[in-house]
Amino acid sequence: MSSIGTGYDLSASTFSPDGRVFQVEYAMKAVENSSTAIGIRCKDGVVFGVEKLVLSKLYEEGSNKRIFNIDRHVGMAVAGLLADARSLAEVARDEASNFRSNYGHDIPLKHLSERVAMYVHAYTLYSAVRPFGCSFILGSFDKDDGAQLYMVDPSGISYGYWGCAIGKAKQAAKTEIEKLQMKDMTCRELVKEVAKIIYIVHDEVKDKAFELELSWVGEVTNGRHELVPKDVREEAEKYAKDSLEEEDDSDEDNM
Amino acid sequence: MEKRCLDAQFKGVSTGTTILAATFDGGVVIGSDSRASIGGEYVSSKTINKVIQVHDRIFCCMAGSLADAQAVLKTAKFHLSFHSVQMESSPQVIAAASVLKELCYKNKDELQAGFITAGWDRKKGPQIYVVSLGGMLIKQEVTIGGSGSTYIYGYVDAKYRPNMSREECLQFATNALALAMGRDNVSGGVAHLVVITESGAEHTVVPGDKLPKFHDE
Repeated sequence: MSSIGTGYDLSASTFSPDGRVFQVEYAMKAVENSSTAIGIRCKDGVVFGVEKLVLSKLYEEGSNKRIFNIDRHVGMAVAGLLADARSLAEVARDEASNFRSNYGHDIPLKHLSERVAMYVHAYTLYSAVRPFGCSFILGSFDKDDGAQLYMVDPSGISYGYWGCAIGKAKQAAKTEIEKLQMKDMTCRELVKEVAKIIYIVHDEVKDKAFELELSWVGEVTNGRHELVPKDVREEAEKYAKDSLEEEDDSDEDNM
Repeated sequence: MEKRCLDAQFKGVSTGTTILAATFDGGVVIGSDSRASIGGEYVSSKTINKVIQVHDRIFCCMAGSLADAQAVLKTAKFHLSFHSVQMESSPQVIAAASVLKELCYKNKDELQAGFITAGWDRKKGPQIYVVSLGGMLIKQEVTIGGSGSTYIYGYVDAKYRPNMSREECLQFATNALALAMGRDNVSGGVAHLVVITESGAEHTVVPGDKLPKFHDE
């Protein structure tokens, strides 16, 4: 639903006649240009998966991370302008650290996502600054409150989800996520499904090589957010590649 | 005579005090005496309440300079109330203790106030935290404080057991306060006791003549 907002789109402090703030919408477009990131919540944790496009043959494996640690128990997967995302990760870290300093315990995820969302929202109010061009997904696990997942977008809004996707293939990823019964799954099962979804939504024609970044937080990690161990990741990628081949084969049969 | 008056001017109204808190199976008991004195000579109040409620299931006892303690508690109560509205849930006991600790530590040059914080929360159940004068925060199962506490260390060490019943713990706390108030000249009056459990907080006052009596009374 794009329209040209001539004249009303020069600054974030201007509304258009039909009640839109174009700068914020343009910021969301910036997120849609980036490769996909998904986060899914299951009964005993949260799993993140990011499709990291490899643009150079000289690229070092495992660098250019798109999943960050915010305090021990919270993970953040990002999409959009990476520089903006990294600065917001620092903001989130400061919030979590100050909370712990003031109140002596881990910051609840809902509160953290509201605080960071408020910060992002502040940048949509003034003409002197531009909105942040990134969305991010926050997830954590706590043995009393269980697994939680929140998404924040450039407008400064934060919602809780069972599963969400951001980036260029978010629609396709959402469709795949909706097929899952995540409330009944464990993290170990979900890791494989997340890898499969990233492989499915990856566009082999337009984008070439990609690296899959997987992380999780849940009972399996005792409440700490960590990158998925190498053996689990390899098993998940194998499952993903095998599932894709099966679908290709069944397509050929149908023809 | 002059020296003692100077002391009073310097210290102001202080809590010569006895305060304590003890955990039992399913809750905590927190209690104090009710005497406020000036310079250790004049009882300025016989019935002051040193057990202050900072939230539904979190109470604090003051030690040190009463003025400083009251000011800190008032600020902490405000912060905690705002915090609990933001969190949309009751604050954890450690949150209340941390708020007090931050205030005591960051302003240690100006303040002379220490606290015992006791309460119940959904995550960790009954807990007691001690914030000392300089802002140190530690968690304890049973704790005593104030000038009167020196006279009951032996009693507490000998008689406290973890996981007592509510009645046993209440009796233990009342005895401890009575013994301290009996020997410390700047502690006395009535015994204020609050029992905090999952179902709420109950405040009891034991007047001086109803306190337990020991062999020489």
